Amino acid sequence: MEAILQYLWGAVVSFVLAFSVGITYMGLNRKVTARVQNRIGPPWYQNFLDVVKLYSKKTSIHHGTMHHLGPAFLMVSSVLSLLVIPILNGDRFFPNLTFQGDLIFLLYIMTFGPLGMALGAGQTGNPNSAIGVTRGLAQMAGFEIPWVMALVALMIQYKTTSIIDIMNVQVESGKWIMFTSPFAFLAAIMAMFGMFRYSPFDIVGAPSELASGPMSENGGKYLFTMMSSGSVFAFAKLTLYVDLFMGGANNLIELVVKTFLLYMIPVLYGVVNPRYRTEQAVRWFWGWPSFFGLLALIHASIS
Amino acid sequence: MINDKVSQKIVDIIQNFARKHSLWVLAYGTGCGAIEIPPTMTSRYDAERLGVRGAATPRQADVLLITGYLTTKTLKRVIRVYEQMQDPKYVIGFGSCTINGGMYYDSYNTIKALDRYLPVDVYINGCMPRPEAVLEGFAKLQELIQAGKADGARKYKENLDWYRANQKEVIPVWRMPEYNW
Repeated sequence: MEAILQYLWGAVVSFVLAFSVGITYMGLNRKVTARVQNRIGPPWYQNFLDVVKLYSKKTSIHHGTMHHLGPAFLMVSSVLSLLVIPILNGDRFFPNLTFQGDLIFLLYIMTFGPLGMALGAGQTGNPNSAIGVTRGLAQMAGFEIPWVMALVALMIQYKTTSIIDIMNVQVESGKWIMFTSPFAFLAAIMAMFGMFRYSPFDIVGAPSELASGPMSENGGKYLFTMMSSGSVFAFAKLTLYVDLFMGGANNLIELVVKTFLLYMIPVLYGVVNPRYRTEQAVRWFWGWPSFFGLLALIHASIS
Repeated sequence: MINDKVSQKIVDIIQNFARKHSLWVLAYGTGCGAIEIPPTMTSRYDAERLGVRGAATPRQADVLLITGYLTTKTLKRVIRVYEQMQDPKYVIGFGSCTINGGMYYDSYNTIKALDRYLPVDVYINGCMPRPEAVLEGFAKLQELIQAGKADGARKYKENLDWYRANQKEVIPVWRMPEYNW
């Protein structure tokens, strides 16, 4: 009984943590973008205000059941992946679900949300949504290849499909996987550009070109659900990267520092780059990132 | 959910504070005034530091910015856009043309007073209003929101018949749903 309560408590606390940290990161992203463009920019807590405002908007849009369920699918996917990913080394304060094979489960569940959202966007009947969905799926076909290659390389090299085991390997040897299998790290980092969908890979939302794409018919509470699930998912992904490649974190401050450094890679790459076209983005992912993924596989199988 | 007056008041204060500092603008570039929006948003005047930010579609927007004159043809689209926006929503009339027709005062196909067709919360006058004036207008709107007085959407709902009659006066071919929100 106590174990179950502890699991529930851990789930709630890690959700709140992921939500607040993710939203703050998105606010900092807007601030950084503004500073690069020589603006003052919104305060760092701007996204909290946006979230409260979106939640307090009345919503009376009806396009059908799937349209209502689309954001919920996103939220389910984000929370599930957050619960599977161990947050700290040793897992004392946030006992999340871990089991043998959770890395494979994670690969599946991370694509589940965008697919549900695609179904929801399809039902709105908005042409911008349909174009956004096709672009998003094309981009997913692009970055999933280096991402899966990197993860499979890790699985082959360390002969495990559990995230906890991979973290333990790094804790025991004292070396981060980032240095012991650098090609897998490179491929994964490059795939991360596609996952975060910041410029130059913001072809799905594409402000002023597609009118925000799949979410163009979603206002108010739908957008609230999407924003919060996006921030939870961002934190979950960054934590996964820290767990897999940077030796996990022993306490929350270390985790925040490491995830923030990782988060700045796509943000800073994005603010100085214009938007790719869809075929350019897919070609980019199937170029160097996939090559590094292949090298990682070779490296894993000979070492 | 919350029925007693004291807690409703607290919720209102929090919500109005968030609404005030997070205005997503749908800049409907009907007239020449749209050219003043880019300098307002970019690095010189930087409206984003006040929480003013562009929205992509009417569903996501809070503020409808009517920049300049409205022809009877665009009025139809603007009404459609306004009714698709979600409550609470605000309208800013931008430039002299929305107040009294401006330099189009004797034109046969522009509307003269926007207030007869859509509930306007804040007018920004000038031809053109400079970005400083635009920011001043947003500041005024923020004041009204904080005080809970920016209730154009409620007025529109209550006086829908009057607004509809005025709209149908200038739009002879009315091929849209009677109400679309």
